[in-house]
Amino acid sequence: MAGEMLLDVQNLTVQFRGDAGWTSAVENVSFQVGERECLGLVGESGSGKSVTALSILGLHARRTARIPSGVIAYRGQDILRLPTRALRKLRGGEIAMVFQDPMSTLNPVLTIADQITETLILHQSLSAAAARQQAQRLLDMVRIPDAARRLDEYPHRLSGGMRQRVVIAMAIACRPKLLIADEPTTALDVTIQAQILELLRDLQDELGMSVLLISHDLGVIAEFAHRVMVMYAGRTVETAPVRALFERPVHPYTIGLLAAAPRLELDTDRLPTIAGSIPDPASIVPGCRYSPRCDVALESCRNLPPAMGSAEPGHLARCPPRLAALGFAA
Amino acid sequence: MSDVAALPIREFARPRRRFRTLRKLVAHRSFLFGATVMVLLTAAAMAAPLLTHIDPTAMQVRFRLRPPSAAFPFGTDAFGRDVFTRVLYGAKLSLWIGLSVALLSGAGGAAVGVVGAQFRRLDPLLMRVMDALMAFPAILLAIGLGAALGPSPSSVIIALAVAYLPRTARLVRASALVIRELEYVEAARVSGAGNLRIIWKHILPNCMGPLLVQLSFVFAYAILADAALSFLGIGTPPPAPSWGNIVSEGRDYAVEAWWIMLFPGLAISIATLGMNLLGDGLRDVLDPRLKVEG
Repeated sequence: MAGEMLLDVQNLTVQFRGDAGWTSAVENVSFQVGERECLGLVGESGSGKSVTALSILGLHARRTARIPSGVIAYRGQDILRLPTRALRKLRGGEIAMVFQDPMSTLNPVLTIADQITETLILHQSLSAAAARQQAQRLLDMVRIPDAARRLDEYPHRLSGGMRQRVVIAMAIACRPKLLIADEPTTALDVTIQAQILELLRDLQDELGMSVLLISHDLGVIAEFAHRVMVMYAGRTVETAPVRALFERPVHPYTIGLLAAAPRLELDTDRLPTIAGSIPDPASIVPGCRYSPRCDVALESCRNLPPAMGSAEPGHLARCPPRLAALGFAA
Repeated sequence: MSDVAALPIREFARPRRRFRTLRKLVAHRSFLFGATVMVLLTAAAMAAPLLTHIDPTAMQVRFRLRPPSAAFPFGTDAFGRDVFTRVLYGAKLSLWIGLSVALLSGAGGAAVGVVGAQFRRLDPLLMRVMDALMAFPAILLAIGLGAALGPSPSSVIIALAVAYLPRTARLVRASALVIRELEYVEAARVSGAGNLRIIWKHILPNCMGPLLVQLSFVFAYAILADAALSFLGIGTPPPAPSWGNIVSEGRDYAVEAWWIMLFPGLAISIATLGMNLLGDGLRDVLDPRLKVEG
């Protein structure tokens, strides 16, 4: 969409060791993030969003997780094959992450200054004084008032929104090229959510970052993302530019998700739901994983894994029946 | 939140962080009390030759088993040695033993615990070794080690440090196992921190609370264990006084000369109390979550 591809993930599969051998949490997922682009990753809990994000940072424990196939190319180099040392340079330096819960992402015994300067000292070998000055500038950037005074405070003195700002300041400390935001607003109040999103968007423009935004909140995605990828049970079901996804969703799951989102202009007592629940990753569904919950599923859906088909340029969906019904050759 | 943001004066008057910690410590009542007790005891131990002119090992058989009086404030023991003098001189050795054992077993235990928690491959090996050590009662282990090393204060210290190390290691490992799974450790990893940095900056500091409290107990146990070891002939070798061996020598005369045991026993209690209060205070002030405001 927006120029060169910064991150190119191809056929990523991530498996975890379970009681019954290895189970795939993410299967054959491919996506790209362009320079200065924001890709939204949507899906319910357990759909593999966060697992995907952690693999980009090479953060799965070797003993319990493995990546049997796939390439995660960051600026042309495969992250999965990088030695630990190079990986550590990448983490925090080029690729940074903002976590969901700012209450637990900050170390309670370190001051704000200590936390922010940690990244700076690790990656830019700044002196303590220079790092502190930089930390103060970063707090200004994330619009924390009275930054100089906040530097020496401990996390418990800050409110949730403030803490998330500090977490963002830590993430952008080294001017990363790619920011992974894993549900950055989920733990916050609605008013604070909007502020944090606005901050993230401004920072993205200011620093020219690409953002991988993980959320189950469609409102957040609509607000912020350029392109959206919808995941269901570890697989991509649909990927499209944000307008196309919200205006012309193709996959029944996407349609269901959109229908289930509360809308202010409609006066309803109950929100529509999608019947059933997400399948256990250990259970083997031979065909489309959504087929047990799907209204339009055909016999073939249940037996054969469906292929990705194109609805319009840049808009792909993994649902041959719907694509055929809409008049696109599957 | 921004309670004093409107007061610019505070900006200038703002003390540096280190002094702030110190100020908070001084404001913490039980820390202050504990620290005062420990300082007084240490000062008394150091100044023993000035406070009394009697030789702690000098025997005056004429005055054996005298009850406390103006001449002998704590009485005399079976050899006619002044108990007051011996308690004063014994302070040095006992405090030294308590402190070194606490520090050694603390450092060793923290290292073993954190390494076990962070490097999961080493964990089973380390913990089985700790289990093996723990299978012996601490005092028995110390007796074995003390016997092997020969009777001297430093072998008492080594033996007791090893004996108390497994408990400390367990405690630290348990805290570290919880802490390593917390998000801020993952966040540190995401920002490129290596294992050593994560251990040093994130895991260890967050284990300090329970560790400090545990160590103040180890301090007290060590002083008492020295008494037990002395009793068995492998503690601080007589005639050099330590609180432990004064108590154990006094045991034979517990009925007719209670003062021999009472005063060193009191000294042990006071030192233990002082150390516990000091440890409590340290924990309160060093752990910013407990919000002690100075």
